[in-house]
Amino acid sequence: MASPCDGTLSPTEFKFAAEALMKKWEECKSILHPWIWIPCPKLPFGAPDKAGGYLSLEHIHHFEFKKQQDCIEQKYSEEEVEALDSATLVLSGENETHYYNFHIIYSTSYKVPVLFFRGYHQGGQPLKCDEVEKDLPLYTSKLLEESKWTFITQEEHPYLNCPWFTLHPCGTSEWMRLLLQQRLYSSRPEDLCSHYLVAWFSVVGQVIGLWAPLNLVHCSSSSSSSDTFCSHT
Amino acid sequence: MDGSEAKKYVWEGAIPLQIHLHESEVTTLPAPPPALVLGPRNGYLPLLIPLIKPHFSSTLPPGLDTVWFDYKGLPLKWYIPTGVLFDLLCAEPERPWNLTVHFRAYPSETLSPYEGEDSVKWSFINSLKEAAYIMNGNCKCVMNMSQPDQLMLWQSVVKGDLECYTRIFSRLKFGTIGEGRIPVRLYLRIVSEKLNDLEDLPPISSWDEIRYINRPVELQKYGVCSLRDALESLLPELFMPKSSMRDLRMREKESGGGPSGIKSALGPDDFEVIKNTGDEAEQTHNIASTEVDSVESSCLKLIRIQGIEPNLDLPFSWAANHLKNPEHILHICLYILNNESQI
Repeated sequence: MASPCDGTLSPTEFKFAAEALMKKWEECKSILHPWIWIPCPKLPFGAPDKAGGYLSLEHIHHFEFKKQQDCIEQKYSEEEVEALDSATLVLSGENETHYYNFHIIYSTSYKVPVLFFRGYHQGGQPLKCDEVEKDLPLYTSKLLEESKWTFITQEEHPYLNCPWFTLHPCGTSEWMRLLLQQRLYSSRPEDLCSHYLVAWFSVVGQVIGLWAPLNLVHCSSSSSSSDTFCSHT
Repeated sequence: MDGSEAKKYVWEGAIPLQIHLHESEVTTLPAPPPALVLGPRNGYLPLLIPLIKPHFSSTLPPGLDTVWFDYKGLPLKWYIPTGVLFDLLCAEPERPWNLTVHFRAYPSETLSPYEGEDSVKWSFINSLKEAAYIMNGNCKCVMNMSQPDQLMLWQSVVKGDLECYTRIFSRLKFGTIGEGRIPVRLYLRIVSEKLNDLEDLPPISSWDEIRYINRPVELQKYGVCSLRDALESLLPELFMPKSSMRDLRMREKESGGGPSGIKSALGPDDFEVIKNTGDEAEQTHNIASTEVDSVESSCLKLIRIQGIEPNLDLPFSWAANHLKNPEHILHICLYILNNESQI
C-alpha cells in the first residue's frame, strides 16, 4: 500500500499532488511557464492507469533557469559562485540556445514520481549527453562523474517511446519519507499528499538546476481545497 | 518437468541468428557473407558484437563504431532481451532469424544511446533494482552488493552460466515469489481480426505499434492464481467476449467514459456474469472456431513467454519463478486481435 508516510504515493494521490503543485506554482508567480497536466492515452483492454497522465513543463530556455539558479546561488552561497564555471553560462546563454522539456511521471514500480527531461537546440535537434552535462549545475556534474550509470540515465519515456534523461528513482521513497517526517504528525493525510510533489521538486529541481520558486514550499500550505479529494485508495 | 529443469532449459535457450551487414556499410566486393551466431534468449544483442565484428571488420568504412541492429527496418531496442524481441517480432518463428547489423548512423532519436557493454550491464542492474524494489519495497540487496559479486553476476548473465548465477544470487537475499508484487513486463502486439495465419502478419515498422505495460502483478495471500488470473488483473477486458465488450463500450459512452464509468454502469454482479460468459465462450471457441457470430472468443490470439506458448491455467507463481529472465522480471508477449475501440 502506497502512502506519503512511507515516502510513496498511490496513482490517485500522484494526480492529486500534481494538481497541488500546479496550483502552488502558479500562486508563486514563477518566471517559468506553468506546469501542464497531460492526460495519457487510455491503456488497452481495461488496464487501469489511475494516474491517467503526467505533468509537463516545456520549452524552457536554458538561460532562463540558469539565470534564476545563479541569482539564488549568489544570494545563499557567495563562495560557491566563484567556483562556478561562468564560461558555460555565456556559451549556452548567448552563443547557442538550449531548450529543455521536463516531465514528471508516476512510476508504478517505485510508487514515486520520476523526473524525465530532454534538451534540444533551437532547431529541435536533441542535445547529446555531454552537452546536457555541461548545462547541469556544477555539483551535479561532480555527482555524475562519481556515479554515472545510477544517477542520471537515458531511458525510454514511458509514453513517448523515445529516450529521455531521467533521475533514477530507486532512492526517492527513502529521502521523501525523511523529508515529510517533520510534517507527519502535524498534518492531515491530504495535506501531506498535497505537499508531496512540492517537497519532491524542491530537491529534484536543484539537481538539474531548475529551482523551485523560493516561496513555493511555504506558499499556501494552509490551503485546504483538498477536502474533496484524497480518498486514500 | 520440474522447476529446476525448466529453468535450465530457459537458460540454455538460444536463437540461431543470421546477421547481415547493412548494404550502405559494405565497402568491398563481393559483400561479406552473413555471420551465423547463436543469440542466447536471456542475453542482449550488443553482447554478440565481439563475435560479429571480426567477421565484418575488413569491409567496414573508416570511422567510429556505434553498433545497432534492425529487423526488417525496425531498429531493435538493445535493452530488451533477445528472446523477447524474437517472440514479439517473429510471429511465426523464423530460423535462422535474419537481422541486419549497422556500425554507423545510430538512430539516437529512437534508441537509448549505446556506449559499450557497460550500457547493457547498467540497464540490467537497474532492471534488477526495479525488480527488487517491487518485491521487497527497497533495493538494498542490489545496492549493497559487493563490486566483485556484481561483476560476477553480470558475467554469469553474459556467459549464460546458471550455476554461477544461482550461487551469487543465493547470497543476495532477494525475496521469493509467493505473494505480494511480482515484476512483469507486458508487450502487446495488436493484430488484425481478419488474419488467418500468423505468417501473413505484416512486419512491425515502428515501436509505436507495440503497447508496453510495465506493471507488477499483485498476488493475493490465499488461493492459487493462474496465468489467466494474472493477465486479467493487468488487462481486465482481455478475456471478455466481444459482444460484452461492445456493450460495455456503449454503456461507457453513455455514462461519460473512463474506468469509473464502467463501474457505475455495471454492478459487481454484472461483472461476474460477463466473466462467466467469457469463459464459456472461450471453451466453445476451442471446439468450433468457425462459427463467428454465434460464438464469441476472447481477444487473445497468442501468448509467448520464453518462446513457450503456456497454458493459461499454469500457476502464475510457477511461471514467474521459472520463466523469468535473470533480472527477475517475467516478460510476456501477447498477440491480441484488433478490436477498433481498443487501439
